[in-house]
Amino acid sequence: MSFDTMYMENILDHYKNPHNKGRVEKVDVINKEKNPSCGDEIEVSAMLTDNKEIAEVKFDGHGCAISQASISMLTDILPGKKVEEVMKIGKADVIELLCIDIAPMRIKCAMLGLRVLQRGILKHEGKDAQYIYLSEI
Amino acid sequence: MFDVKKIRKDFPILERKVHGKPLVYLDSAASSQKPQHVIDAIANYYKTIHANIHRSIHSLGEEATAAYEEAHQRTAIFINSTSWREIIFTKNTTESLNLLAYTLPQLWKEGDEIIVSRKEHHSNFVPWQQSAKIHGLMLKVVSLTKEGTIDRDHLRSLLTKKTRLVSVVHMSNVLGVVEDIKTLASIVHANKTETGESTLFSVDGAQSVPHMPINVQDIDCDFLSFSSHKMLGPTGIGVLYGKKKLLEKMPAFLFGGGMVGIVTEKETTYGDLPWKFEAGTPDIAGAVGFSAALVYLQKIGMENIWKHEQGITRYTLQRLREQKDVTIYGPADEKKTRGAVISFNLAHIHAHDVISLLDKEGIAARAGHHCCQPLLDFMNLAATARISAYLYTTKGDIDLFIHALDTIRKVFSR
Repeated sequence: MSFDTMYMENILDHYKNPHNKGRVEKVDVINKEKNPSCGDEIEVSAMLTDNKEIAEVKFDGHGCAISQASISMLTDILPGKKVEEVMKIGKADVIELLCIDIAPMRIKCAMLGLRVLQRGILKHEGKDAQYIYLSEI
Repeated sequence: MFDVKKIRKDFPILERKVHGKPLVYLDSAASSQKPQHVIDAIANYYKTIHANIHRSIHSLGEEATAAYEEAHQRTAIFINSTSWREIIFTKNTTESLNLLAYTLPQLWKEGDEIIVSRKEHHSNFVPWQQSAKIHGLMLKVVSLTKEGTIDRDHLRSLLTKKTRLVSVVHMSNVLGVVEDIKTLASIVHANKTETGESTLFSVDGAQSVPHMPINVQDIDCDFLSFSSHKMLGPTGIGVLYGKKKLLEKMPAFLFGGGMVGIVTEKETTYGDLPWKFEAGTPDIAGAVGFSAALVYLQKIGMENIWKHEQGITRYTLQRLREQKDVTIYGPADEKKTRGAVISFNLAHIHAHDVISLLDKEGIAARAGHHCCQPLLDFMNLAATARISAYLYTTKGDIDLFIHALDTIRKVFSR
């Protein structure tokens, strides 16, 4: 197989059968943004517990295999995490989660869902979301 | 005699491998590759001539000035302009269009109108949109026919006594459609403004000038913008052609050294054309490289290049039409005038995934909105994949690309 790990089976599985697609029933955090570089649009919604943990998180929208698989996997592991922990998740964590050898130009695809969620959390807290960039390399 | 094999030997980069496979470069609409001739011209300039231009009286300065001015002359000949003074060197097409958008409105008044089309590249859209906000102008957007050409009836209906300028793309970087620019020029020029002047006509030639013969006198456009790096030359240098009488009337764009006549504490007069619009030390080496690219293109002949690309376009469209899961955007019928820029999507596979997987096969192509968000919004698309050809593209390149589509399908059907 000449393809490297970028299109491993688990990526394609999540792409074809995404987990947690849709919108959470009780919306605490919601954010919908467009990736300025490719035009893909993604919505992430989350329900929080009283002690500021993620109870449930769902996503909607269309995008490439990398962006869809990435947010699909994240929605599996985020519940139970504290909001401040979610804010600390970064590039290395997502790459580790995806288990792929990602091309530099595709990092922003992998990070899109997470960044939309993080910006949503900041907006929810009434904070400035500007410092989180969607066009991350 | 056009010999693509021989031409390919002039482009050292075509020898390289990507992911262990021979490079198949199908992204010339974004930027073309460079022949050895151009690379040598730039290296030789730095090795043997370089000095600052215009004010250096020593030999190097004189030679550099001569080389820089010669680049203007070659450009004038290339597009059949009447004078090299009508050639302004900018950074790229975007800067050329910004020059117009910053200076022309200073001659107009609030409420005046500008028309662009729906398929404009952001470089011929955003400068006018923002300039309209600054100067209180109205920006109108002309719609397209089903074929993707400018709807002439709609254009006629948008033209009023207040319309100062129409600025449109000659060849679309998304749809590949080529406009009958001469007819558009005559429609636009037939319109008179309140002051009795004709409406001005500006052409974005970024995708057309590199690929077909262009004659500005025949087209009768007022302005033409294009970039060196899409036509075998280096990045960092572009061209604004403008009719002399208009350029003379226009206020200067950037101020500083090189563009002035006499400077006193209170006032400044401006230099002659084209220097009035070329402030600061320009990209001299870029101009030398661009000049070499023009010589190379002229030696091969723009007619021959256009004919070769038409052959590649016909062949690509034929092959793509055989693929049941491929949607082609823009005219799929090769009988329509269209250039070698073909946007498509593969059913159920996102354009970015297509391009990433093509890259693994050594094939360089592009995905996204191609800097045409208003057009893609109108087409209800987020992204397309795009391949584009040039004088060095072969049918063999297209065969490898078509074959790679199969490999991509296999990955996604796992």
